[in-house]
Amino acid sequence: MLADKDRIFTNLYGQGDWTLEGARARGAWVGTKEFIDAGRDWITNEVKASGLRGRGGAGFPTALKWTFMPKVNDGRPHYLLVNADESEPGTCKDRDILRHDPHHLVEGCLLAARAMDAHLAFIYVRGEFIRERQRLEAAVEQAYEAKLIGKDNIHGWDLDIIVHHGAGAYICGEETALMESLEGKKGQPRLKPPFPAGMGVYGNPTTVNNVESIAVVPEILRRSGAWFASIGRANNTGTKLMCVSGHVNKPATFEEAMGVTFEEIIEKHCGGIRGGWDNLLAVIPGGASVPCVPGEKMRNAVMDFDGLREVGSSLGTAAVIVMDKQTDIIKAIWRLSAFYKHESCGQCTPCREGTGWMMRVMERMVEGRAQKREIDMLFEVTKQIEGHTICALGDAAAWPIQGLIRNFRHVIEERIDQYTYSSTSDGAVPSIAAE
Amino acid sequence: MATIKVDGQLVEVPDYYTLMQAAEAAGAEIPRFCYHERLSVAGNCRMCLVEVKGGPPKPQASCAMSVKDLRPGPNGEPPEMFTNTPMVKKAREGVMEFLLINHPLDCPICDQGGECDLQDQAMAYGVDKNRFAENKRAVEDKYIGPLVKTSMNRCIHCTRCVRFTTEVAGIAEMGLLGRGEDAEITTYLEQALTSELQGNVIDLCPVGALTSKPYAFNARPWELVKTESVDVMDAVGSAIRVDSRGREVMRILPRINEAINEEWISDKTRFIWDGLKSQRLDRPYVRKGGKLQPASWDEALSAVATRVKKAGNKVGAIAGDLSAVEEMYALKALLASVGSGMTDVRPAMSGIDPSMPRSAYIFNPTIAGIEQADAILIIGANPRKEASLINARIRKTWRAKGLPIAVIGERADLTYDYAYLGEGFETLAELAAGKGEFARTLANAKNPLIIVGEAAVSHAKLGKQVGRDTIALAAKLASGANVAEGWNGFALLHNAASRVGGIDIGFVPHDGGVCSADQIGLAGKGELDVLFLLGADEYDMSAMGKAFVVYIGSHGDAGAHRADVILPGATYTEKSGTYVNTEGRVQVTSRAVFPPGDAKEDWAIIRALSGAMGKPLPFNSLTQLRAAIYGDFPHLARIDQIASGSAADVAKLAKAATKTKSAPFGSAVSDFYLSNPIARASAVMGECAAMAAGLRQAAE
Repeated sequence: MLADKDRIFTNLYGQGDWTLEGARARGAWVGTKEFIDAGRDWITNEVKASGLRGRGGAGFPTALKWTFMPKVNDGRPHYLLVNADESEPGTCKDRDILRHDPHHLVEGCLLAARAMDAHLAFIYVRGEFIRERQRLEAAVEQAYEAKLIGKDNIHGWDLDIIVHHGAGAYICGEETALMESLEGKKGQPRLKPPFPAGMGVYGNPTTVNNVESIAVVPEILRRSGAWFASIGRANNTGTKLMCVSGHVNKPATFEEAMGVTFEEIIEKHCGGIRGGWDNLLAVIPGGASVPCVPGEKMRNAVMDFDGLREVGSSLGTAAVIVMDKQTDIIKAIWRLSAFYKHESCGQCTPCREGTGWMMRVMERMVEGRAQKREIDMLFEVTKQIEGHTICALGDAAAWPIQGLIRNFRHVIEERIDQYTYSSTSDGAVPSIAAE
Repeated sequence: MATIKVDGQLVEVPDYYTLMQAAEAAGAEIPRFCYHERLSVAGNCRMCLVEVKGGPPKPQASCAMSVKDLRPGPNGEPPEMFTNTPMVKKAREGVMEFLLINHPLDCPICDQGGECDLQDQAMAYGVDKNRFAENKRAVEDKYIGPLVKTSMNRCIHCTRCVRFTTEVAGIAEMGLLGRGEDAEITTYLEQALTSELQGNVIDLCPVGALTSKPYAFNARPWELVKTESVDVMDAVGSAIRVDSRGREVMRILPRINEAINEEWISDKTRFIWDGLKSQRLDRPYVRKGGKLQPASWDEALSAVATRVKKAGNKVGAIAGDLSAVEEMYALKALLASVGSGMTDVRPAMSGIDPSMPRSAYIFNPTIAGIEQADAILIIGANPRKEASLINARIRKTWRAKGLPIAVIGERADLTYDYAYLGEGFETLAELAAGKGEFARTLANAKNPLIIVGEAAVSHAKLGKQVGRDTIALAAKLASGANVAEGWNGFALLHNAASRVGGIDIGFVPHDGGVCSADQIGLAGKGELDVLFLLGADEYDMSAMGKAFVVYIGSHGDAGAHRADVILPGATYTEKSGTYVNTEGRVQVTSRAVFPPGDAKEDWAIIRALSGAMGKPLPFNSLTQLRAAIYGDFPHLARIDQIASGSAADVAKLAKAATKTKSAPFGSAVSDFYLSNPIARASAVMGECAAMAAGLRQAAE
């Protein structure tokens, strides 16, 4: 359990003052100049010591990502690009940072920019986040006025922050599509390589980080990397914002130490599962794009990157979607398929054609209007998409269905049996929903 | 250089190579749809996936990943790629299946059938069963102009057409709208494309989504006889393939020729073929009682022979834009036999003097050489209309290097940025005097390219001196002090296929002859009795007075209307003719079909006429004729090569004193689609011209 003194986001629920004054009262912008003066390598090393892994879903070590930026400037400007295009279904953590603790992010931008020799940071805010963007813009404005950032600021490291408002496409949360969108083009992922650290925004070295990854950096530097590393398990350190939604008594977003069990977070923060633990059907533990896990396996699962891999899923953004036994799990996964079909950018073949195919097969399976052999076929189709696309959206669309088939095959088969059983001699079938 | 193992075979390739290029170097075939050598890499079809060792553990798009992106093994072993492993096979089958699930099974009624990448690759890499039980996607067809027919159900979203139009053609008119499976290729508001290179998207489209509208449902590729030939619509001389069935030309396609057209052709070249079938002169005509009456060859030839004999040496000849070297040589010899030197292939009042050296009238730097240029000045030309592929080459160079380009003359959309200096001779004179910023750019350039258009060289109203002075000033700009050794940047841009060949063989006034404009003038005054028009239609037919006009040509155009005798000739697809393009490159067309009706090859008509006159020319076959030409002009025997002009000659031209004060430069081609008799006979070209002129709104 995370002790109150170890919390980073102390105004997560907005009870306090979000402005610069309030943030300062809670400890923000303290000692920033010393960190800047300590230099690029010191910041990077401290973050490396903290073991911070990217909070956007993939869990790539943040400090390592920073070291990919050119060591020696070749004349091109370096950019920091903060991904605030939080659109993963179930995920609502960055939103609360932007709303209630925006100065963590602004300060984090300055420090991270120092660590990659950048003088310009872009923050790409999701299109639907209108209030959040206004709050962030206000916070940036306050920081400019207090000369915390901008040209000739009191920290001695020039940094301009541009808050960019997206148009609300899920795919623009993919880092290269985000850069395309930022450049004013259609949000379609780029081919990698070249990687953003070599050729990013406008062809210049760019590092893309999640809001949370950047927002925790100031606290890590203030309290030392060792402090951060002391929380959680090895290789899965620190605190994490988790958002639990679905069939729990009190859905919540909260900061928790990595490595606590699923049961602990549900009992402590969410008031338990609706109808008790026996009523738990399945959990999607990391946002819509990770495979679902059956309830019995999930209860003792450890909520960190490695712990969830052990149960065949992943931590993703730590957006936990809880489903109790009232849930039509096939329909729930079909809804995710419909989402991915809708959000596929249409650039590369497997995702463009495959997401629609999967959704339509799922649509029939919801009714049971399918053949049992189609379950294997559907699984094979997900395998044909996975790993064959330009970006990870294809994988993200494939995994929920794979999780469904792996864990709930019997449910699909039962549904098909029921549909067949209900069929009449002329083939007409009464609607299952009508029963 | 980098070493890489392709399917276990070690190859050494340049380190900028992509995996696909490396595989090709090793002889491994990789299927692809979106990748095209001359377009940017999209990597979206995913057909070219390969397995790699030394990179990510999932299949990689070989078109987009470069050899240097792969890491060597722990002990320095070269990175490996595989094109035939189960992983690759499965990936290809998967992609193929995805491409086919929403692709209609209408191959039997699809014009791409038989030459379809999707068909071929489905056979080679696909699976033979269908597991897709849902409904296929339906996409509305788009209107994108009179040349390209769309059938958007078939589109596989490879975006080759989008990349071609934006990158090569330089029009941002096509794009991918929508996203996911609702993504559609369109021209935004369903407007017609405005590019003169749009037909190339038909070749680029790997499926039957974009097909040729005029050719729709006309023929199947396996029925066609393919003849490799050369285009004569402009002076570029693009390499083409003429596809014919029986006596009909069914379509024209490009061939690859890196030195000239790469693999593109202009729309005029591609869609001209319906003009080859209409308005044709298929029998001789003789004017009787003011009306042209059909006649036999004997009647027609003897009518001409009688008049020529009476005329003594008061005989003139003007060659048109599409004449081959053979017929011009024969006609020149015919005129010489009656003692006349009145021949001309140039437009009225051309500044190109017959006495000038070859480098004064060819595109010295060559078309491929444009890519070496470091500054370009365009004088009195609209290369987009006059030589679309030269314009495409300039755009390519501009995109690659962003070199400075300036224009004197018509201010037109050339698909690249340029500095507009002025509209006429005064601007050129100032520039040559070293005034202005661009003068400094040119002076510092190592490889300056000075393109001089027909409109700057020929001034029908102002006389020959203007053209001569323009050439002198352009030559001066081309031979600056800093010009690199071996570079000759003086480039005359002709707009007719016959021009350079005609000048080469001396189809210009000689032995007391006068130029084309003066011939017409003499005819008007009654001092010229017989005037031969060898496919010449671009002159003022009303000014020829009472002269006896003999029209030798293929189409009933202006010349035929004025003619007193019409001798029906052959078009470029119906004869083997030598053409010299604006670079001075000698090329030969091939006969794909026979001329219609009684029409004959033009040189044979002239030979027959000489017989009727009782002064037979000394050749009885094309071979003998060519032997005579090659004897007189050995450089014409070197097919596909250029007898280059010398830079020293250009420097000499620059020394000529100029007298002109002022003259406007425009463009020689006012309507791209209607610039010659074949084009004017083509309904498709007519539709394009009307559309370009804004006379007709885009339909639908």
